[in-house]
Amino acid sequence: MAYIVDRRTNGKNKSAVNRQRFLNRYKSHIKKAVSESISKRSITDIEKGENISIPKKDIFEPIIHHGSGGRRSIVHPGNKEFIKGDKIPRPSGGGGGSGEGEASDSGEGEDSFVFQITQDEFLDFLFDDLELPNLVKRQLAGVESFKQVHGGIITEGTPSRINIGRSMRSASARRTALGSSSKKRLRLLEQELERILSTDADYQDRRRIDELRLEIEKLQRKLKRIPFIDTFDLRYNLKIKQPQPVAKAVMFCIMDVSGSMTQVTKDIAKRFFILLYLFLKRNYKKIDVVFIRHHTTAKEVDEEEFFYSRETGGTIVSSALKLMDEIIKERYSPEQWNIYSAQASDGDNWNDDSPTCGQLLAKNILPVVQYFAYIEITPRQHQALWHEYEKIQQENPHVFSMQQLVDIADIFPVFRELFQRKHA
Amino acid sequence: MSQTPISTGSEWTFELIERYNHEIAKIAQEFQLDTYPNQIEIISSEQMLDAYSSVGMPVGYHHWSFGKKFVMHTDSYQHGRSALAYEIVINSNPCIAYLMEENSMTMQALVIAHACYGHNSFFKGNYLFKTWTDASSIIDYLVFAKNYISKCEERHGLEAVESLLDSCHALMNYGVDRYKRPSPISAEEEKRRQKEREKHLQSQVNDLWRTIPTKAGESRQHKKANFPSEPQENLLYFIEKNAPLLEPWQREIVRIVRKIAQYFYPQRQTQVMNEGWATFWHYTLLNTMYDRGLVTDGFIIEFLKSHTSVVYQPPFDSPYYSGINPYALGFNMMNDIRRICENPTDEDKQWFPDIAGSDWLKTLHFAMQNFKDESFILQFLSPKLIRDFKFFHLLDDPKSENIMVGNIHNEIGYRGIREALSQQYNLSINEPNIQVFNVNLVGDRSLILHHIQQDERPLADSVDDVLKHLHSLWQFDVHLETRRNGKLIKRYSCASANNGSVTSSTDAAN
Repeated sequence: MAYIVDRRTNGKNKSAVNRQRFLNRYKSHIKKAVSESISKRSITDIEKGENISIPKKDIFEPIIHHGSGGRRSIVHPGNKEFIKGDKIPRPSGGGGGSGEGEASDSGEGEDSFVFQITQDEFLDFLFDDLELPNLVKRQLAGVESFKQVHGGIITEGTPSRINIGRSMRSASARRTALGSSSKKRLRLLEQELERILSTDADYQDRRRIDELRLEIEKLQRKLKRIPFIDTFDLRYNLKIKQPQPVAKAVMFCIMDVSGSMTQVTKDIAKRFFILLYLFLKRNYKKIDVVFIRHHTTAKEVDEEEFFYSRETGGTIVSSALKLMDEIIKERYSPEQWNIYSAQASDGDNWNDDSPTCGQLLAKNILPVVQYFAYIEITPRQHQALWHEYEKIQQENPHVFSMQQLVDIADIFPVFRELFQRKHA
Repeated sequence: MSQTPISTGSEWTFELIERYNHEIAKIAQEFQLDTYPNQIEIISSEQMLDAYSSVGMPVGYHHWSFGKKFVMHTDSYQHGRSALAYEIVINSNPCIAYLMEENSMTMQALVIAHACYGHNSFFKGNYLFKTWTDASSIIDYLVFAKNYISKCEERHGLEAVESLLDSCHALMNYGVDRYKRPSPISAEEEKRRQKEREKHLQSQVNDLWRTIPTKAGESRQHKKANFPSEPQENLLYFIEKNAPLLEPWQREIVRIVRKIAQYFYPQRQTQVMNEGWATFWHYTLLNTMYDRGLVTDGFIIEFLKSHTSVVYQPPFDSPYYSGINPYALGFNMMNDIRRICENPTDEDKQWFPDIAGSDWLKTLHFAMQNFKDESFILQFLSPKLIRDFKFFHLLDDPKSENIMVGNIHNEIGYRGIREALSQQYNLSINEPNIQVFNVNLVGDRSLILHHIQQDERPLADSVDDVLKHLHSLWQFDVHLETRRNGKLIKRYSCASANNGSVTSSTDAAN
C-alpha cells in the first residue's frame, strides 16, 4: 500500500546550484558588502562568514497584481462591537486604504534582504580575481615531486597494470571478428541438417547428412581453436608522472617596530599580514609563517611578540633582510618552498642603510622568492627607502611590488592592487 | 479498550511508521477515502529546506529565484524566525509525502493521516485536480523540463536561458487556462512531440507574419480583422504560439513554465478545501484510532495540542492576525457539514434542505469532489459558522471618508457575508483581469493588452517591470490599456527605442 523510503542519506545540497546562481547574479552586491566588511571587522574574526544585505528592490520578481486604491471589500473574523452601517475612520498613513490583512507581496519596500554567506564563500568573494604571482614559474621549474596520473591505455606493460575491462573488450571483439563467418555457416548447416532429419526417415539423404555432420564438426573445432584471450588483446593502464607544484609555502612577515611605529600603524600592518596569510592558505596546504621584527637589529619572534610588544630606537631595515636571507638559507630551501614575503614599515630608515637594503634584495632575496610585497604605512612624504625600492621594482616588476597605505580603509584596495590577476 | 496501543514512546522507527500507516489506511478505507498509492519519504531538515525552495517538487530546473527562496528560508530557519512544515505532499502518482525526521511518533502519524490520506484523496477526487493535472505524469514531465532546460543552457548560454525564465516567471500567473481543459500530457509523448512541435510551430508563426502576399489581389482590409479573433487570457500560451521572433527552444521553455503554472493552478483555487479536508481527516482518523485503543492518552493529547494550534483563528484585532486561516475555515466547514447531516437544527433544515439529515460521508465526499473554495463557501458556509467566526464585512471606498461596516453575523447579514467571503477566494477577481486584445499585424507588430478594471482598483507599479519582461518575449512594442466599462483609463507602454533599449511610459487618458 505504501512505500516508506529513507531519504536522509540522499544529498542535502540539492539547492546548491540554485543558491550559487543566486549568488552569481548578485555578485557585485556581495563583493561590495565583503569589501566593506573587511575594513570594519576586528582582526580576530576576519575568517568568518558574513551577513550580506541586498536592497529588496533589486531582487524582487515582478508580477502583476492590484495596487492600493479602488473599492475594497474584505471579510474579517472576530467581530466584537461593529454593527452594519458603522463608520470607522481610515487608519492614518493607509494611503488609498488598502485592506489590512492583504500583505503586499510586491517587495517594493526599501528594507533589505539579509542573508549569510559561509566563510568559504566569503573568502571566495574576498579573493575573487586575485592570484598568487609567479605560481606558474615554480610549477614548471620545481620538478622535485611527482604524482602518478592516469595517462590512457597502452598495449604493453607490466601484468600488475592490466586493464581487465579493456582487455576483455578487445578479446571479445577479436573473437567476434574471427568467428563470425564460421558461426554463420555453422548455423546454416545446422538448420539444413535439422530440416533433413525432421523429414521422414525413409527419404533422408544419408550422404548429405554425413557430409553435413562432418563439416559441422570441422567448423566447431575451428571455432574452439579461437582463443578466449590472446596476448595482443591485453591492454595496460598507462601511468605517467606529472610534476607537482611544490605545495609548501613560507611567508615572511617583516615589520619595523622602531619608535616611530605607533600601535595604529602596527594594527594596519597586522590586518594586511592576516589577509595575506588567508590568501596563501587558500593556495597552499602547508604554510609556515616567520615573523621578523626589527629596529636597529632584527629578531625572529612569535606572533604575540611580533604584534604587541613595543620597542624604541632607530631603524636599520637591512638587519631584517639579512636575517631573512639567513633563515632562508638555513631552513627554507627555495627548491622545496614557495617563499613569499611582506614587509611593512612607516618608511623610516637610516639613510646610509637604504642602498644596502636594495643590494640585499636584488642579489640575495628576490632571486629565490616568489613575491615580495612592500607596504609603507605613512601619510607623509616618502624617504630614501621608498626611492631605493622604486628602483628595485623597475628592475624586477614581476617579483617585487610596493604600495602605500594611509589608513585602515586602504588595506583591502591595496591588497587587491598587489595581487590583482595580471593577464599575460 | 479493545486493543493494545501500537506504541507508547515518542520515538519513531520505520517499523512503527509502517504499522501506524497500516492502521490509518484501514480506517481510511472504512471512510471510503480513495487515494493514490503512497510513497512516504523521511527527510532531514536540510532536505526540507531544499524542498521548500522548489515548491516541494523533487526535481526541477535550475533558476536563481529558487536559490533566493532557499537562502531566505534557510536564513529565517537558522535564526529561529520560522519553523519548518511537518510535511510536504506532492500531487503525483504515487503520492509522495515528505516527513521530517525531527517529528515525534505522534506527529508522524498526524502527518501520515493528513498528507497521505487527506491531501492524497483530495488530489485524486477533486474535479479541478482531475481535469487540470495529471498526477501520473508530473514527475516525468519535470524531469523532461529539467533536462531540456539544462540542454538549452549548454547550447545557448546560462544568461539567455535565465533572462527568458525571468520573463516567463513574471507572467506565470497569466500562463493558465482558466476555462479550457488542456489535453493531458505524458512525458514520454511530450519528448516525442516536442521535436515535431518545434518545426510546426515555427512554420505556423512564419505564416502569421508572412509579408509576401500570396495573391496579388488579396486586400489589405481582409487582414485588418482582429487578431486574435477573441481576447486571450493565457498570455504565455499566446506568446508561445504567436511571438514573432522567438526561437523554437524559447517557445518550448515558455511552454514548460506555463505547463507548470497550470499544474499548480488548482492548488491555488482550493486552499481552504484542501487543507480543510486534510485536517478534518487527520482529526477523524486519529480520533477513531484513539476510540479503538490503538493509541495512548499521551498520544492523543500531543496530537490535540498540535491540532488546535493549527486550526486556531486569531480575531482581526489580534497581533497574530494575518487574514483568515485556511486550516481553521476549512476544518470547521467540513466539521460543520458533518454536523448538519447528523444533527441538523431548524436553521440548518431551512438553509440546507438538501443535505440536512443526509448521509454525512456521502455529502462530504460530494462536496470535496465538486467544488473549489469560492463555490464551496458559497454553497456550504452555514449561519452557525458565521456566528462562530464572528465574521463582519468591511467596505473601503476611497471616495468616502470612512471605512464602512457592511454585513455582520446576524440574520440579515448571513447571505451577504457568505457572498463576500466567497468572492475573496475568487482568483479571477483577486488577480487583475488581463487579456491579449489585439496585435497590429500589418503595422508595427505591437501587442495590445486590455486590463478590465473592477472596483476601480489600479494595477501596482510592478506592472512596468512585467511589461518589460513581456516586451522581451514579444520583442515589439507592448501596450497595456486599463479599461473601465470599455472606457480607456490608463495606458502603459513599453516600446523599443531606436537604440534598442526599453522605455516604459505611462500616460493617463481620462
